[in-house]
Amino acid sequence: MNEQQQTLWGFMRQESGKLAEQTVQHIGLTFISLLIAVLVGLPLGIFISRRKRFSGAVLGVAGVLQTIPSIALLGFMIPILGIGPKPAIAALLLYALLPIIRNTFTGITGVDPAVKEAALAMGMNKQQILLKVELPLAMPVIFAGIRTATVITVGVATLASYIAAGGLGEFIFGGISLNNTNMILAGAIPAALLAILFDFLLSRLQKLNIKKLKKVTASLPVLLVVLSSFYFIPSAYGSKLKAGFTPEFMGRRDGDLGLQSKYGLKIRTVVISDAVMYKAAYEKQLDVISGYSTDGRLKAYDLVVLKDDKGIFPPYYAAPIIRENSLKKFVSLEKILNLLAGRINDSVMTALNYRTDYLHLSPEQVAKDFLVQQKLWKPAQTANPDSVVRIGSKIFGEQYILANIYSMLIKGNSHYDVSTKTGLGGTKICFDALANDQIDFYPEYTGTGLLAILQAPAAVTDRLSTSPDAVYQYVAQEFDKKHNIKWLKPIGFNNAYALMMRRKQAEKLNIKTISDLKRYLETR
Amino acid sequence: MIKVQQLSKHFCDVKAVDEISFEVAEHENLILLGTSGSGKTTMLKMINRLIEPTGGKIEIEGKNIMDQQPEILRRGIGYVLQNNGLFPHYTVAENIAVVPQLLKWDKKKTEKRVGELLEKLHLSKDHLHAYPNELSGGQQQRVGLARALVADPAVLLMDEPFGALDNVTRSKIHAEFKALDELKRKTIIMVTHDVQEAFELGDRICLMDQGRIVQNGTPAELLFKPKNKFVKDFLKEQRLNLEFKSVKLSDVWQWLARQTAKGDVVLSADLSLWAGMEHFRFKEKDVVNIRHGGINEMRSAGFEQLMSAFYQYKKQQSHE
Ligand SMILES: Nc1ncnc2c1ncn2[C@@H]1O[C@H](COP(=O)(O)OP(=O)(O)OP(=O)(O)O)[C@@H](O)[C@H]1O
Ligand SMILES: [Mg+2]
Repeated sequence: MNEQQQTLWGFMRQESGKLAEQTVQHIGLTFISLLIAVLVGLPLGIFISRRKRFSGAVLGVAGVLQTIPSIALLGFMIPILGIGPKPAIAALLLYALLPIIRNTFTGITGVDPAVKEAALAMGMNKQQILLKVELPLAMPVIFAGIRTATVITVGVATLASYIAAGGLGEFIFGGISLNNTNMILAGAIPAALLAILFDFLLSRLQKLNIKKLKKVTASLPVLLVVLSSFYFIPSAYGSKLKAGFTPEFMGRRDGDLGLQSKYGLKIRTVVISDAVMYKAAYEKQLDVISGYSTDGRLKAYDLVVLKDDKGIFPPYYAAPIIRENSLKKFVSLEKILNLLAGRINDSVMTALNYRTDYLHLSPEQVAKDFLVQQKLWKPAQTANPDSVVRIGSKIFGEQYILANIYSMLIKGNSHYDVSTKTGLGGTKICFDALANDQIDFYPEYTGTGLLAILQAPAAVTDRLSTSPDAVYQYVAQEFDKKHNIKWLKPIGFNNAYALMMRRKQAEKLNIKTISDLKRYLETR
Repeated sequence: MIKVQQLSKHFCDVKAVDEISFEVAEHENLILLGTSGSGKTTMLKMINRLIEPTGGKIEIEGKNIMDQQPEILRRGIGYVLQNNGLFPHYTVAENIAVVPQLLKWDKKKTEKRVGELLEKLHLSKDHLHAYPNELSGGQQQRVGLARALVADPAVLLMDEPFGALDNVTRSKIHAEFKALDELKRKTIIMVTHDVQEAFELGDRICLMDQGRIVQNGTPAELLFKPKNKFVKDFLKEQRLNLEFKSVKLSDVWQWLARQTAKGDVVLSADLSLWAGMEHFRFKEKDVVNIRHGGINEMRSAGFEQLMSAFYQYKKQQSHE
């Protein structure tokens, strides 16, 4: 535990620059959204407290917005506002709106009618009643709404890193993909602390007596504006092209770090989720992205892979990895799984992915079509409910297809029953499920095993370099030793990292390799 | 001073106020008395336009109130609410200074006036910076009264101002209320459903029922010349008590003995019979002397004489 803490501290120290930048972005994002939410929500709340017949509709719409899952809401924003801070702020703002509108409404309508009548009878006009009586008396309730909104916003703002808006989510989601607990904590702990801190500060404001509150209320907008401006601190450097890398790619030695150290590539970079990255490239919001070489969207969006001429991306040959215990339990399983060995090369996998990712065929359909075409398909045999093979998969299309292919192979060639646990998030979640006997096997990639799971030291990775065989041998041996998990025969394709560009742009700029890209960026 | 003509207020089918007319003279204290739901509050609130009438007209000092901007009108009319309606986020001083602030008085003038009222209403200066929830009900009511009086409006409207107080506090405040010089210069309309209070504080009483005025007259007129059975029944329970309180010693002057008794107690003829009788009860005197200031005469009476004078007076009233 102690060691863990020290390495976490070490990580935070080492990455302090990034951490500070992300924290500042996070605070900025939170408060810009909050500021706009207050500017919109407060008048709206006041309005519906005056015109009660609109209150149902307004609160209803704000309530529905709140129930849309955050990732989906961010997704809706992209076609309208593109990627980057704009859609993130818009989405956060929509989440913050409900508590602010609702509490303004309840706060104002909750003011004792006798007090309002007294104000009227003293000769106050509508505006005076609002400013001198209703708002001050509703302030504690409104404050509570702003507090709720703040905590929600700090939390949801971690998702902003999905659409290139920065924030502490970069570490959190990078860490999850990279199986790097320190990285996750380096993002999650500051995010949680921010939520607690802001909630605490606002609660202190709320508790101040009503007198002081008047001054504080006046200073609140100023405070919000100052905190919001954090976000606009200019980013480090600009360049002609704009790159979008996944959080995972950003943190890997064989990712952005390698690009910088081995190629000396300096490019303006945003962090973005791979779910929207390809489309953003296609829509010219990004020029260079970090993709997977078998991704179906490569074909769908007409992107080309830049050649890795200095060999920084290690091979990512896919193979099922399976618990030794499971091999003993299901004797014929190894033979069945190996039916697929060497059957799928890069272009076949890209085509399969294209059918699910872009043509939106179901993974079952694609899996069955493939098996039929390969003459491997057999109808399911009667299953024995006492021996169930549990297949896992990560949360993307290729893994769903593989999981389905394996499921059909097992059912067609044995009496085992199958349960598939698809969508186990990133590498960390999937591998932990395997290590903890929640699943029996799942398809993994040699490079991921080497770098993310084994976290092999630089000396080892340099030695293995980019030789597929050497990497496979190494991970097979180490997994067996450390985790009692066996790598079966590779399926054939290499889903390695790759830099990609739009085909048209790459041809126009005559960029074929990563070195070409660097050269282009350095010419003025 | 205040003239109400044919005033009505309908809430859908309910005629809360139904073609009411009455006048209030300057410095007069008119009580709107009636059961719950008889339209008293509605009537009162139409005078400062918290409620807009369905029909009819109200004039204050000859000016139709509908011709004035409501905010301006209200700043010139004091208003005391049943549950005081103090601003919970304002201190006592700030609560009292609401209208001066709206009228943009300078700070000195406001402070001076607030201090003056505090003293007149027997509130301690320590309360200036307290919040309403730190005061007792009686104190809150006094602050409410101070707030209504601060700009020295000519007209004061009060809606059951003492309704929420216990009996002891209420009679104490009644006494202070009658003694307060500020109020003697005001034209007051006060709403109550408490008969005792109406008789104690009112120069005139409008007895209301179902949005109409059943009888409008002095306390004695209501007692001794009730217009109908409703008025009689309304006062039935406290009748004797009220009669003793509303008949003054000067009213029964002609039936009192001319000789003076020995003894040092001399009562004023302005006192009620009730007050006179209290002397027998507490002092165990057989006979008291009474001085009639108006005609500078002195007469005397014992308990039984006082009683018989009272019955003669009543007989005469009903024959008139
Ligand atoms: N805003 C309103 N909407 C509908 N009806 C109303 C409204 N205000 C008063 N009323 C009705 O008008 C009638 C008179 O009400 P009002 O409040 O004037 O009575 P009140 O004499 O003051 O009674 P109380 O002694 O209980 O205060 C009642 O029947 C009441 O239900
Ligand atoms: Mg009332």
